[in-house]
Amino acid sequence: MARSVTTQRKTLNTLIAWGIGLLIFFPILWTILTSFKTEAQAIADPPVWFFFDWTLENYRVVQERSNYSRFLWNSVIIAGGSTILGMMVAIPAAWSMAFVPSRRTKDILLWMLSTKMLPAVGVLYPIYLIFIKLGLLDSRFGLTIVLMLINLPIMIWMLYTYFKEIPGEILEAARMDGAGLRQEILYVLTPMAIPGIASTMLLNIILAWNEAFWTLNLTAARAAPLTAFIASYSSPEGLFYAKLSAASTMAIAPILIIGWFSQKQLVRGLTFGAVK
Amino acid sequence: MGRIVLEQVTKSFGDVTVIPPLDLTIEDGEFTVFVGPSGCGKSTLLRLIAGLEDVTSGAIRIDGTDATSIPPAKRGLAMVFQSYALYPHMTVRKNIAFPLRMAGMDKAEQDRRVEQAADVLNLTDYLDRRPGQLSGGQRQRVAIGRAIVREPSAFLFDEPLSNLDAALRVGMRLEISEMHNRLKTTMIYVTHDQVEAMTMADKIVVLHAGRIEQVGSPLELYRAPKNTFVAGFIGSPKMNLITGAAARQHDAHTIGIRPEHMSVSASEGTWSGVVGVSEHLGSDTFFHVHDTGLAETITVRVDGEISFKHGDRIYLTPRADVIHRFDDKGDRLS
Amino acid sequence: MATKASRSAARLMLAPAVILLLGWMLVPLTMTLIFSFQRYLPLRGGFQGWIGFENYTRFVTSSAFWPSVQATLFIVGGVLLITVMLGILLAILLDQPMWGQGIVRILVIAPFFVMPTVSGLVWKNMFMDPNNGLLSHLWRFFGADPIIWLSDASMASIILIVSWQWLPFATLILLTAIQSLDSEQIEAAEMDGASALSRFWHIILPHLARAITIVILIQTIFLLAIFAEIFVTTQGSFGTRTLTYLIYQRVLESQNVGLGSAGGIYAVILANIFALFLMRIVGKNLDR
Repeated sequence: MARSVTTQRKTLNTLIAWGIGLLIFFPILWTILTSFKTEAQAIADPPVWFFFDWTLENYRVVQERSNYSRFLWNSVIIAGGSTILGMMVAIPAAWSMAFVPSRRTKDILLWMLSTKMLPAVGVLYPIYLIFIKLGLLDSRFGLTIVLMLINLPIMIWMLYTYFKEIPGEILEAARMDGAGLRQEILYVLTPMAIPGIASTMLLNIILAWNEAFWTLNLTAARAAPLTAFIASYSSPEGLFYAKLSAASTMAIAPILIIGWFSQKQLVRGLTFGAVK
Repeated sequence: MGRIVLEQVTKSFGDVTVIPPLDLTIEDGEFTVFVGPSGCGKSTLLRLIAGLEDVTSGAIRIDGTDATSIPPAKRGLAMVFQSYALYPHMTVRKNIAFPLRMAGMDKAEQDRRVEQAADVLNLTDYLDRRPGQLSGGQRQRVAIGRAIVREPSAFLFDEPLSNLDAALRVGMRLEISEMHNRLKTTMIYVTHDQVEAMTMADKIVVLHAGRIEQVGSPLELYRAPKNTFVAGFIGSPKMNLITGAAARQHDAHTIGIRPEHMSVSASEGTWSGVVGVSEHLGSDTFFHVHDTGLAETITVRVDGEISFKHGDRIYLTPRADVIHRFDDKGDRLS
Repeated sequence: MATKASRSAARLMLAPAVILLLGWMLVPLTMTLIFSFQRYLPLRGGFQGWIGFENYTRFVTSSAFWPSVQATLFIVGGVLLITVMLGILLAILLDQPMWGQGIVRILVIAPFFVMPTVSGLVWKNMFMDPNNGLLSHLWRFFGADPIIWLSDASMASIILIVSWQWLPFATLILLTAIQSLDSEQIEAAEMDGASALSRFWHIILPHLARAITIVILIQTIFLLAIFAEIFVTTQGSFGTRTLTYLIYQRVLESQNVGLGSAGGIYAVILANIFALFLMRIVGKNLDR
């Protein structure tokens, strides 16, 4: 809203908003700060804020003792793999529904949405059983497939709303200009859809990275991603706040960065295009 | 070459018939305009010719070959869309070259043709810009450029000027007409604006509810509209259609008299009425005359210097030789 | 608006997604449905016969059932109340002119990107721990006895953690909705002499109604399924065992698959009730 306000009013707004913003952000800030402290400083009362001996020791210990990079790698493979696989299925599906709609398109879209609503716990045992039978338990591949499937509806929906914004006349123009289906997709549709595809991928990486039902229940030592690795800190022994903080900081940093880039698209994706 | 023949073509969307069986021949080199109110099926007809829609039944022949099931790209036609449909991620140069690139033409020939088209269309300075950086008129030119480089057997225009402002529209109208004179290629042009139809066409096809009401040259349609629909649609301001006693005097159910075919007087004439709104265009003046007992309003077009005020009594005399007579179905009586 | 050729190509492109999702939905759900009518204990003899609806009645008559429903309702209701109310206020605040708006928005949104296990553990240890947590330091600073959050105020603690995670979502969506409000509408209301409060009631709130509904429905669906936050904090003890967590315990901890599956079917039905409302709203949106 382009409305003029007094500087006084603006100052007041700024103070309140920054105060609340910092309060909400504080647990994250505190975690990041703590990750650079020694264990003793981490639990000091009164707490130490900025003036302590900054150390990278915790990061080193987390990596050495628990082989952090392996969990990180699992997370990358699972989040990245499920996103790429998902896009391979979602892009053609969204394309066809956006540009060649039929009478059933709306029903199909809503049905896809309804599969996202299925409570995971309702199908936990069957999936568990299938995983055992197929030898997929505690495998990155199995988890990748499951995460791809649970996020597929969101991917299709989000892409659909982006594709819908591409005017159909442009595709018809390409057809008139002699482009076949393959060329139409390659030279016209894809370049125009890239921003939408990129946002969809980012959102999906965030969702897959943070997923914490299937990752906890379908993995053990081998395929566990960061969500499961962090959960192993829930029954600790001794002083460990600084190390928990270091592990947590590393686990959330990539997503914080991706998330900040895609905050606008987040709304569209998570509301299935109902709020833009 | 570009002779297009439609034989018993129909189109239905589900249960809704948009085009009942229709026959039409468009001669090579002709500038044909499809005109009609919105929803009359004119765009659908154009898209059937383009191949962007399948015909439900019937056949479309282009230069003698049956093109009914040939995909749009292979019909040798070029189309200019209402929204221009330029590729936003490509420069003007790439936009214009796109059909050539799709045809697998070698790069040098592509460049030559693009430069040539750009020269003709005054786009040379804009070749490296993207559509987003162009004005409406320039985008329109790019869309036309993309169509002409292919050297198609016919051009299809789908309401190409409706997104331009009035002044540009007149200019582009002239440019397209000039282009037709130069290229002598068949052109099919869809519009809802009868002024565009009258000024540009060799042949006008008036469509109404998917049916062809009349086909003919602009002056044929003006002089001898086949029915009351065409009579009311062609000509501006609209023809006055009068029923009742005045029509019966001419042995007709309805008579039509164009606004420019009446003389006015302050003292005597066949009909009389009271002046309502007057529209002064300078060269001409339109009077909307009420209380004539003939129709709600009678519009009359006179020389710009003639002046009556709101509320004045006015007398109208139609020219007897240009009264159009229609029967109770609205068809012309000769 | 297309030709037959492109229509059949389109069907072919849609097929993999439909087949995958159909399989993902039907196969496990059918298995759950079948298990729910069986006495099935994988670690104690496996399949022991068909028992009709016994699992269904046992699940709802067990002493754990009603407390779990209650816990679920408390958590879902509490989080919704907090996130929607604070979300509206925050959205209005963030829409005001200020310096560094972009940065504040980033600060507010950040918790949404924190994985559930991290937020659960950070809150549990570094804030709510009765000895070393920051909150107990704060309590002691004011001379009060620290609260043993996760056992004495377990429900409030869980609601606090989950609200912290979901407040950004509500705020972001409501902020987007507020920003789509035509500023001329507000100006017209100002010209008509509406005070700030009546502008909120008569213009902003009605404009937000649809977004609020969407926030409530989507959050409900996700909140009904929260798992990791409880898994790493209370493990379902101290009255925080939700329906989801109860089913999880029946299936994987006590390995009573039949009983858990009956619970799972209840959860599916419950989620579908909310899903139906959400889909009606989203579906209307498609028609535009």
